[in-house]
This record gives sequence, C-alpha cells and structure tokens, in this order.
Amino acid sequence: MNTTTINGAAAHHDHDHDHAPAGIMRWLTSTNHKDIGTLYLWFSLFMFFFAGALAMVIRAELFQPGLQLLQPNVFNQLTTMHGLIMIFGAIMPALVGFANWQVPLMIGASDMAFPRLNNWSFWLLPAAGTLLIASFFVPGGAIAGGWTMYPPLFMQGGIAYDMSILAVHILGISSIMGAINIITTILNMRAPGMTLMKMPLFVWTWLITAYLLVAVMPVLACAITMLLTDRHFGTHFFDAAGGGDPIMFQHIFWFFGHPEVYIMILPSFGIVSTVIPTFARKPLFGYVSMVYAVASIAFLSFIVWAHHMFTTGMPVAGQLFFMYATMLIAIPTGIKVFNWVATLWRGSISFETPMLFSLAFVFLFTIGGFSGLVLALVPVDIQLQDTYYVVAHFHYVLFSGSAMSIMAGVYYWLPKWTGHMYDEKLGKLHFWLTTIAFNVTFFPMHFLGLAGMPRRIPDYSLQFTDFNKIASLGGFLLGASQLLFLYVVIKCVRGGEPAGNRPWDGADSLEWTQTSPPPYHSFVTPPLVK
Amino acid sequence: MLNFPDRRAGLSFFAARLLIGLIAGLVPSLSRAEYALNLPAPASDLAQSIYDLHTLILWICLVILLVVFVPMAIALVKHRKSAGYQAAKFHDNLLVEIIWTIIPVLILFFMARPAASLVVSMKDTTKEDLTIKVTGYQWKWEYEYLGDNIRFMSNTSTPKEQIEGSQPKGENYLLEVDRPLVVPAGKKVRLVMTSSDVIHAWWVPAFGVKQDAIPGFIRDSWFKVDKPGTYRGQCAELCGVGHGFMPVVVEVVPPEQFASWKKEQIAMAATAAANANKTYGMAELKALGEKVYSANCAACHQPDGAGLPGAFPALNGSKIVSGDKSGHIDIVLNGKPATAMASFGKQLSDLDIAAVVTYERNSWNNKTGDVVQPADIAARRK
Amino acid sequence: MQAHSDSNVYYVPPPSIWPLVGSVALLTLATGFVLVMNKIAAGPYVMTLGMGILLVMLFGWFGTVIKESLAGKYSKQVDSSFRWGMVWFIFSEVMFFAGFFGALYYARNLAVPWLADTQLLWPGFSAAWPTAGPGLKTVIDPVNAWGIPALNTLILLSSGATVTWAHWGLQKGNQRQLKLGLAMTVALGILFIGFQIHEYAEAAFSIRDGIYGATFYMLTGFHGFHVMMGTVMLIVILFRSLAGHFTLEHHFAFEAVAWYWHFVDVIWLLLFVFVYWL
Repeated sequence: MNTTTINGAAAHHDHDHDHAPAGIMRWLTSTNHKDIGTLYLWFSLFMFFFAGALAMVIRAELFQPGLQLLQPNVFNQLTTMHGLIMIFGAIMPALVGFANWQVPLMIGASDMAFPRLNNWSFWLLPAAGTLLIASFFVPGGAIAGGWTMYPPLFMQGGIAYDMSILAVHILGISSIMGAINIITTILNMRAPGMTLMKMPLFVWTWLITAYLLVAVMPVLACAITMLLTDRHFGTHFFDAAGGGDPIMFQHIFWFFGHPEVYIMILPSFGIVSTVIPTFARKPLFGYVSMVYAVASIAFLSFIVWAHHMFTTGMPVAGQLFFMYATMLIAIPTGIKVFNWVATLWRGSISFETPMLFSLAFVFLFTIGGFSGLVLALVPVDIQLQDTYYVVAHFHYVLFSGSAMSIMAGVYYWLPKWTGHMYDEKLGKLHFWLTTIAFNVTFFPMHFLGLAGMPRRIPDYSLQFTDFNKIASLGGFLLGASQLLFLYVVIKCVRGGEPAGNRPWDGADSLEWTQTSPPPYHSFVTPPLVK
Repeated sequence: MLNFPDRRAGLSFFAARLLIGLIAGLVPSLSRAEYALNLPAPASDLAQSIYDLHTLILWICLVILLVVFVPMAIALVKHRKSAGYQAAKFHDNLLVEIIWTIIPVLILFFMARPAASLVVSMKDTTKEDLTIKVTGYQWKWEYEYLGDNIRFMSNTSTPKEQIEGSQPKGENYLLEVDRPLVVPAGKKVRLVMTSSDVIHAWWVPAFGVKQDAIPGFIRDSWFKVDKPGTYRGQCAELCGVGHGFMPVVVEVVPPEQFASWKKEQIAMAATAAANANKTYGMAELKALGEKVYSANCAACHQPDGAGLPGAFPALNGSKIVSGDKSGHIDIVLNGKPATAMASFGKQLSDLDIAAVVTYERNSWNNKTGDVVQPADIAARRK
Repeated sequence: MQAHSDSNVYYVPPPSIWPLVGSVALLTLATGFVLVMNKIAAGPYVMTLGMGILLVMLFGWFGTVIKESLAGKYSKQVDSSFRWGMVWFIFSEVMFFAGFFGALYYARNLAVPWLADTQLLWPGFSAAWPTAGPGLKTVIDPVNAWGIPALNTLILLSSGATVTWAHWGLQKGNQRQLKLGLAMTVALGILFIGFQIHEYAEAAFSIRDGIYGATFYMLTGFHGFHVMMGTVMLIVILFRSLAGHFTLEHHFAFEAVAWYWHFVDVIWLLLFVFVYWL
C-alpha cells in the first residue's frame, strides 16, 4: 500500500504530529491536506462508478424502444440520481480533491488554512452520500423529478425527497466551508514573493471557483429550504393558489445552477492550462488574459441563469437580455481556447496521457461550447430545450470537459502523489477508448435532439431507434473503459517506476520542487518565490 | 502448450463474432432508416426561420472550428518534440489578444440580430384567428376552444401491449392519441397554456412551438400552418411517470372541414349532457370504467390495481375503495394534496367518474357490488 | 527547533475527532428531521440524539480552539486566516438571505401581478400586498410596522451600539467596559427575541397563509434564528471575557461575534423596511 515516506522530516521532527497516524484513524481524523485530498479523490471515484452504473442501466433501457428492464418511475429515479450524484458526488469532490492536494503545494503553504474544517468538509460528503444512496431503498424509491428538483412535481414524492433535500443541504455546508477554506488558503498562505499574478493558473481558477461557491451554495440552500417548507410546513412559495409561482423556484435554482456549471468547469480550465504548457514545453500564452477571462466568465455566470428557462415563457425583454448575456460568455471562453492553441503553437509537443486528455478537452469542450452557443439563441433553444441535444451539450462540457480534464489532472499529478509513474501504455489505451466511446455515445444525441427526442423519457418512438442503439453501445464501452482507469490508478498507487521530483521536464510550479510523494508536511517553512 | 494458441484464437474468434453480430444487428436497421440528422421539416414560417437560423449558426461554428483547430492540428503535427522541434519562448501578445476579443464580438452581433427579430415575432400572439386553451394533466392534454364550448381530453392511444413488447409496435408508436387537436389551415392559432398539476410542455417540432404549461399561470404561443396534415409532438418537460407517454397530435384541416368538425363536436357535447341523468347498469358502467381506468389511473395504480408500493397505493383491497362510496368518490373528485393523486373532478365527466368508481369497486378482489350513477357524482360535486 | 513560537510557521493542528463527530451529528440530525417530517415515531428521539452529538462536537471543537489560542499557538497569520474565514462565512449568510429577499421581491412584484393578469384562471383576483393568493380566501391583517417591529429596531440598533462600546473598551484595555457592554448586548438580544416571540403569538396570520405568510415567517424566522445564534455566541464571549481570555492583541473571537451581530442587525433593518414597513 501507499506508505508515505517522510522525506525531510528531520528538519521539523519536533512536531508531535509529523508522522501520519496509523490505521483508519489517519483518515477519519486527518488534518493533512494531502490525506484529505486523497479521501476526496477516492470518494469521487466511488461515486463516479456508482452514478456511472446508473447510466449503464439507463442506456440499457434505451437500447431499443419499448419498456424492457425498468418501470418508468424507476427510470426517472435513475436519471435523476445519475445527474445529482455525478454533479455533487463525482465532479465537485474530485475538483475539491485537486484543490486540497495541489493548492497548498502550488503556493508553498504548509497546509490548508483550516485543516480541521477541511476534514469536516470531506466527512460531510459520506454523510450526504449515505442519505442519497439510502433513498433508493425507502418506500417509493429515490427522487424521480430530475436533479433540478422542479416543483410542483417535487411536491409529489415520498420520504426520499426529504432525504435528498437534506443531503443537498449537507453537501452545501461542505462546499461552503471547503470554499472558504480554499479562499483563505490562497489569500493568506502564499509563500513570500508569490504575488497574485504569479500564482499558477490552476490556483487562480480555484480562487474564483471558491468565490462562486460561497456566493451560490447558500442560494441553493434557500431554494431547497422553500421546497421543504412547501412540502411539509404549509407554505405556498411555489403554489399559484397561495400567490406563489413554480417558476420562482427555477429562477432561484438557476441563479445557483448556472454558476454551478462554471464551478465544475473553471478548475478544469486550470488543470488544462497547467498540463498544456508542460507538454508543449512553452509558457502558457496570455496568462493575464486567461485570468481576466476566468474572472469574466465567473461574473457573467450570475446574469445568464434564465437561459435554462426560455420555454417557461418570460417577457421578450427577459429573453433578449438573457440571450445576449449568454452569447457574451463565448468571448472569454473563446479567448481561453485561442490562448491554448497559441500555447501549443511552436511548442515542443509530446503526447503523454495527461496531454492527450487535455488536447481532447480543448477540442471536445469547444464542440460543447458551440452547441451552447446554438442553445443560447432563444428561437433555436425553443426547439431544442429539454431534448437530447441538451443532453449531448452538457455531456460535452461535463464529461469531455470536466471529467476528462479531471482524468488529465489525475495522470499528470499521480506521479507526484504516489511517487510512481503510471503505466503509460494503459493510460493511452484508456484515453483512446474513453474518447472514442464518449463520442460514439454522445455525438448521435445531437441528432436525436434535433430530430425531436425529448430527454428524460424511458421509451421513445421508432424513428429514434438507431441512434439510441449506437449511443447505448458507446455508453457501455465508455463505462467499461473506466474500469481500466481504476486499474491504472490502483496499479500506480501500488508501485511502478520511481517518478523522481519532476517527472515532466516542462513542469515548473512549486510542487515539483518537492519529493514524490511529497513529505507528509511539506513547506513547513515557506519557500521564497522570486 | 498446444492448447494455448488455440484458446487465444478461440477467444478472439468469439470476440470478432460478437462484434460482427452487433454490427450486423445494427446495420440493417441503419440502412432502413431515413437519417434524421437535422430539425424536422418545418410546417410553419416560424419553424422555417428557426431552421434557417440554426443552419446559419452551424456554418458559422464550422468556420470558427476550422480557423481554430487547423492551426492546432498543424502545431500538433509539425511542432512535435519527437520531430526535434525546439520550443519558442513567446508567451504574450496584447495585439493578438485584442484582435481575438473583438472579432468574436462582431460575429456575435451578426448572430444576435436575426435571432432577436425572430424572438419578437415568436412572442407576438396578437391578431389571432382563434384561441385554444391547452391544459396539461398528468398525463394527457385538454383542449378547450374558447368561445365555442368545445372541450375534450387527448390521451395517448398506444396500447400497453406495444409498450411492453407483446405486440409489434405501430408506425406512430407513442406519438398517437385518441382525440387530436383539430385546427384550420392557414389561420393564426393562439394557444393559451396552463396546467392542472405539474409543469408540462406542449411541443410540436414542425411548428416551432414549445411552451411550458405552468399550473396557475397562463402562457401563450401561436402557430399558423398552411399545409393540412397530421403533426406530432410530445410533452417536453419531465412531469412524472407518464412523461414519455404524453403525445401531442395536431390535425391541420382545411377551414371548411374545420367548420363541420366543430358542428359535430357541439352536437356530441349536447348528447353527452342529455345522458347525464340516465341510469346505467353495472355491466355498462364497468365496461366504460375499464377504459377510463386504463387511460387515467393505470399508469400509477397499475392495470391490476396493485399500485407501486411506496410510490402509488394499491386499489386492490384498498380501504378507501372497499369502504364508504362517498369517501371513494371524494378522493377521485378532489384528489389528495401533495401527492400525484390529481383531482379528476375537473378532468372527467360525471359519467366517466361514476364508471371508473364502479369499475374499481367491482374489480380484482374488490367485490362491493356497488353501482355508482352519474347523479351520485353530481351530488358530491361542490 | 521549537516551531510553534516561530511566527514563520503556520500552526497545523494534530488529528482531531471533532470533524467526524460533526458529520455523524449532522447525519443523525438530518435523519431525525426526515423521520419527524414524515411522522415516524422514532423521529424526535433521533433528532434529539443528533442535537446532542452536535452540542458535544461544538463544545469539544471550540474548546480545543480556545485551548490552542490560549496556549499561544496562533500566529498573526493564523489570526488573519480566521478573519478571512469569518468574512467569507458572513458573505455566504448574506447570500442566503439574499435568496429569500429575492423570493419576496419576485413574489410581490412579479408573481402576484401576473396572477392578477390571469383572469382566465383566477377571476376577480387583483394584485395587492399583503395577499394570501388567489386560491386561498384568507384576508391578511399584517403586523403594524410601528408597533413591536419599530421597538425591536430600536433594541437591535442599541445592541449594535453596546457591542461597539464593548469593543472600544477592549481596545482601550478597559476590561470592565468590555464586560458591561457585552452583558448589555446579551440582554438586548434576549429582549429582542422575547418581543419577536410575542409578535408571533399575537400575529393574526400563519406561515400557511399564502405567499405573504410564507415570506414573512421565513424571513423573520431565519433572522430570529440568527439572533438566537448570535446571542448564544455573545454569551460565550461574555463568559470568555469574564475569564479574561481577550487581550489587546488576541481577541479575534470577540470581533468575529461582533461582526456577526452587526450582520444580523443590518439584515433586520432590511426586514423592517421590506417586510414590515413598505
């Protein structure tokens, strides 16, 4: 197993807590950002497989028209929980895991600003996860109203609905505390000499992401609290008879929800902006404009929420405003893509697994961006809202965006975290299988959506059969390929070529000055950054 | 040792056969298919404009894609470390940054203009020739021709056997209804939409109309279709277990035919009203009740009345169903708040409710022997 | 090398059981709440158990922090981490209330007028505030802003002044003024809560009375809950002052609570204007 060697411990062996405590208590009571980061990453991987398994069942049901495996209410439970768990259980914890491991190492801090709070942020996740997974087994089954929890449909469910609301509350507490921790770490614990504009871009993206989290998670809490009181305490927030409005929920939810999707993509931008310069052996092009672009995207995310709601029928002025604001997002996002391409231009490029994932990210995320632009146009959105086109769009930005950048980051930093090189051949195989299977799964969904297949239906009319078959086969391959990922990661944790301090010759941030794996307590005295 | 290569061959042979089988299973159906790669053929001017806008945007995106990724591809091929390429050192250029900020802004302006004018015309529901109120129910649509006293429900008509696979699926599987919406060709039809329970969305792709139906609120939309024909769509907003089985079918007919259809409908409504006080026999009510049950109740309570434990209660052996008649009628009429049990008083006629209550009280293991008449229902409506 | 006193070294606490206890507490509490809401008999017991664990955790965790603080383990940098942390925590609370104020704005200025325009569904309904909505026939008799709410405004504003006065005392090294100021603030906080309970008891409408009842009780209720939390925090700080925990250099806990109290104060002013007055 992964026994951490304490390099450089001699320098500070007086501490009573230099050594990792033994056994399970090391993980349960940890105040170490590396251990907690590891916990986050494993938790996320577990949830990724759990929610992925739900997707496999969904694709099996959709393999052909008719109801074969599932009753519609179970199907709705699966789609709902697949979304909810992938977002809150897989993508977000993985990115927070990266923040835990990398932010202190990249800014030369000894740990997170609040190490105990950090541990609480993590251990709230299994608590919430327990509630969510247990909700499958209560009478009536899990929530089935979509991860967006729209009332009045959400009023109709049983006990699982309350469990999920409280689970999301707990996840929100975890995210808010985690975000405060990250902001404080970045603002207060940078090594002397590391000015804000010298920070690695990954740290910048997380700083901005953490702001978004602190700003919008409480708003989500507010929305689901109103759902809960409407369900059990007789309020009429979302009931027209009492003067409320079901659409009000959507406004509040998406005020959270749109920044939320950037919470899931900005750190990915950070990972890709770290990996590409490393393997292009050339500094990131336009660092300053990258920082401003991320900040602009974050700002714009607060004024575009209603583009998720064009078909609710808001006034013309509202539709136009949200359409224009949404289109504006293309500008900073475009700048980022241009900068990545300019970074590659006249580099000395090599194609290790992290680089392959990052390059695929740039291309596939851009496709997701284009479909986003198409959806931003109100008239086209009217046709495509709630169809498979939207499903294709958000999987291009969430899977080939967030998830694949997370994989890029895992391959990139695994040597640092474990001290061993991963198996490059298997890594590349995983990359090609994932990329091909992903496109086979999700590209046809564009066509399905254009042709008029609504999302969230357990059965479909006959003209959609062929593309659904292709998507299902791709989906099964995509799911199976991730087992290879698990294998590569475990293999790397258990052993492999020693990585040395700096396995990537193009990497230059502070973590590479440390041993691999880094000492249990790294940067106890901060380094000096020139 | 001899065995080893053989076994490998066997394995790969099996894998190859599996693959070929899968592809073969796919190919015939693929070759049959008309490739639906784009939006459906537009039937209204609005849908045509949306189609054209989408095409325009797609071309713009394609051009941008090439402009961005051809250089990237060149870099990936030419500027490789393995080809011995030495990295340059540049990492900043203000002019370039400004250029690639301004050009996208201009492109966006170019895109926004046609989109904005289209938005304005989509929202213009004035000067309509007729107005139809569309109400979403879990899981059917109600159409009410305002001012004409025509009102009816439109249920899916795909048989359960087709869904479960015991019968071959028909041509319009899941996209067929018992009573379609009928509208005149060449007239501007304004739809005012609402819902009685959860949010639904009324959508006909060929018309370019998709509008959420929101309980307690009215939203409107419109279409004008010149070519008579049958147009199909579906509910587009997740609305519970029947969401996938809530089709929209619109018959566009020539105006003369529409006028005669209207007369027919009004006559039918009059006959129904005249029958309101008739007394029916048990067999008659049960036969009608079974139809009403499978259209309105079976999705949740299941055709055998067993319900889905935890989610939807069983009617077979239920206390309410085998108990007092009036309690049973009340829950059907008024529903149960905060559950999926809707108030059917608004949706169904007295006769339908009498029939379905009679059916439920005398089916499966329920043997109350009660016959409920339409007049009993009318008496409990308040 | 004794690193703790080295101002260059950031204090990283040893492993701690409290975060885990906190997670168990919240899981138990949430489970209990779910059971209570669904009227399952075990609910109240499970919830009480969760509350109990949470209290143990709070005592244990804050106790540890206080001990560490008194032992001088917190350097200037740690102190400033606490400050950043508190600022962003309060910001998250601001956003929480912003959500409810947003709901109030939306309901009052958008949803209710739209409903009044929907005569097809709600014949005869006209937009007005307060309202219980077109489907409920309740007429709402709102609380008079210039009665108890105005008095409560005065109380809360004075409490803001007394806590500031206590702060001045701390800065001057006048511990008596600190203690006295805190005690007065606590008393005013309790007085406020008492009046608020009285107002609820007297109010002629409930949380079930349409959108007005819902927004009124949700906003004032969450604010009242925050006042209670703030008062408890003030009491803790008062005891710590009596124990002489705060010095000229080290008094972050006092300041954090004072900030929190001012935040609660500002929220009240907004409530007074938008919920009671206008």
